[in-house]
Amino acid sequence: MRTMKRSFSHLVLPISILLLLIIINLIKGADYFSITVVNGAFYGNIPNILFGASELVILSIGMTLVTAASRGQDISIGESATISSAVFVLFVLQAGEVTLLVIVVGFLLSCVVGLALGAFNGILVSVFKVQPMIASLILFTGGRSIAFMIDGKLSPILANDISNQIGTVIPGIPIQTPIILTVVFIVCIAMLFKTTNLRLYVETVGINPNAARLNGINPKKIIFLTFLIMGFCTAVAGFIAVNKAGRHDSVNLLKLIMMDAILAVAIGGNPLIGGKFSITGSIIGAYTIEVLNRTLLRLEIEPAMIKVFKAVFIIMLMIIASPVVRASIRKALDRVRTKNPTKGSAAMVSMVSTMDMIGEKGE
Amino acid sequence: MASVNMIKPKARLSNSNILFLIAAVIFVLMYLFAIISFPGSFLQFQTFFDLFNLNAPLIIMTLGLCIVMIGGGIDISIGAVCGLVTMACAVFLESRMGSIGGAILISLGIGIAFGILQGYLIAYLEIQPFIITLSGLFLAQGLLTTLHKDPINVTMGAFVRLRDFDFVISWLGTKNRLGVFIPCEIKPGTIIVVILLVILASLMKWSRFGRNVYAVGGNSHSAMMLGINVKRTVFITYVISGLTAGIAGFVYIMTTGAGNVGNAAGAEMKAIASAIIGGTLLNGGVGNLLGAPIGTLTLLVINELIRAAGVQSNFQAMVSGLLLYFFIVLQSIIMSLRDRRRVSIALPPWLRFPGKGQVASQRQP
Repeated sequence: MRTMKRSFSHLVLPISILLLLIIINLIKGADYFSITVVNGAFYGNIPNILFGASELVILSIGMTLVTAASRGQDISIGESATISSAVFVLFVLQAGEVTLLVIVVGFLLSCVVGLALGAFNGILVSVFKVQPMIASLILFTGGRSIAFMIDGKLSPILANDISNQIGTVIPGIPIQTPIILTVVFIVCIAMLFKTTNLRLYVETVGINPNAARLNGINPKKIIFLTFLIMGFCTAVAGFIAVNKAGRHDSVNLLKLIMMDAILAVAIGGNPLIGGKFSITGSIIGAYTIEVLNRTLLRLEIEPAMIKVFKAVFIIMLMIIASPVVRASIRKALDRVRTKNPTKGSAAMVSMVSTMDMIGEKGE
Repeated sequence: MASVNMIKPKARLSNSNILFLIAAVIFVLMYLFAIISFPGSFLQFQTFFDLFNLNAPLIIMTLGLCIVMIGGGIDISIGAVCGLVTMACAVFLESRMGSIGGAILISLGIGIAFGILQGYLIAYLEIQPFIITLSGLFLAQGLLTTLHKDPINVTMGAFVRLRDFDFVISWLGTKNRLGVFIPCEIKPGTIIVVILLVILASLMKWSRFGRNVYAVGGNSHSAMMLGINVKRTVFITYVISGLTAGIAGFVYIMTTGAGNVGNAAGAEMKAIASAIIGGTLLNGGVGNLLGAPIGTLTLLVINELIRAAGVQSNFQAMVSGLLLYFFIVLQSIIMSLRDRRRVSIALPPWLRFPGKGQVASQRQP
């Protein structure tokens, strides 16, 4: 019981927020979970949320790793995704006849570009010891105009059957393709963490790079590796986003998504100063953000006010999650417990709770 | 410079100062390069003053941001708060009871309100600054669009006079093509920049608060052990940042004279970039407020240079990204070289300090 509590305690916050949002949605209308079948595929609120959040989920996985290892955030993810998807679109449009092979080769090409961009940021952060936010500021400044240059014209249109199917539904499969791709991606990442020591290494480097170095882990390598994974994530996210949209808009594609990705990492209970991380938390955080956005739309709030509500919601959430408020709530609970003791075990109870607190702090 | 370093004790040139020095040297070189390549425009004093005149809000925001960054935090809401202030001022000035004093009060009030809200949440509730200021950014943007969506041009008489007012330096100026002497003009915003720079720089340099900020940014735990009120110090840095964002908003509307949804959009990223070029580290504890205007001016001179060189508009962002890359790598290389040199001369002070003198005195007899 106790170990259960320990290992899942970081997920309490994101899951409870998600539940709260779903309850709000259910109060608004009881048909929230209804799913309709159109042309052999599922549509409805839940599939739409899974569909809409797919890029954000993928990017927030990469962001979690970067945050954990390098103790900073990559703010150029939207730009990297734009550049790598621009290469993909360029390749597909040049190919003439679009076959599955062309799409796959184009995707691999965009992955190479994504890895190169990740390596660019990663070298700056790991070798030159630049802070991640500053290192990625370079790509953030210049990225969109590079994508614009690759595009050649303002927004090339991806009009072919295969990318249309990747963006929406493959006939015969009832689930939208981006959802499937996201699930495949999550499974791949999970396999990576199950089979390798990466989690341990990343956490060690994030907690104390010098100690990691003394223990034989090269922090530079690990940080560089997280940025490479981030680059791969941006390529996949760009691929999904551009197929969803059907055209490559280098100005607005995944614009300002780094804010949402960082927010997802924070909502997932990960400290933004590096160290221990939970990818599950980040994934739930990403879906929570999508649910929040759609809830605000569903509640028919004026478009101008949406950002205010979002801000107020995030602030309230962070207040509830803040360490000070948590500690004071725990103290209040202790006081309640000690006031009506059973068989004079008040001292024991308070001792146990203080031990709990110390244990939690030690973590 | 190197010889001065050798004689003086090592501790005299702190990280803050060396980064500031790098920034200043880069700026001077940059401006010299600009003068050499485009003597027609950059040799005029008016060009230099216009850098201040047109970009005073950005410099003011960078000043506030620098203080927050020295304290170890970050504030990305400043651009949005600045935009909100411009719109609020424009709406207020266009209403029937509009007055300039009231507008100043409104801008200061909005700025301080955001500063207090964010500072309280970050300092006393220990929430991550990025998230809180990000939601502050959303809040300010949302309030801005809620307040008014369309651009407003302020037409109030007194304000228009204030907007068009500028100080004329009659002895400094250039002759235009027709041979008519045009004196230099300085906008009131520039004066505000200078005043704020002096106040805040001396606050950070000499006051107890300023030294506390450096201590907290360097290591908040040891600052707490020394008896510094860490929470209050962090809180005040955010209040100052909010205040400067409010002032920047008023200066912005004083320069452009219009409230617009797009006002100062994306200024936070520019401010962060300028603060970093100016030698403030995001980790905290290192930085010099005098570097803030230098960093901003460097960024602006880069943009002006690109514009003067006639680079295509979509290449401008790329070129400024490349130059940013150049600066960042240069800074990092200089810092690492400096560290290495310190490691290699890790001799005890009695060997290092009077070294030359001893050798000389031994040889003399």
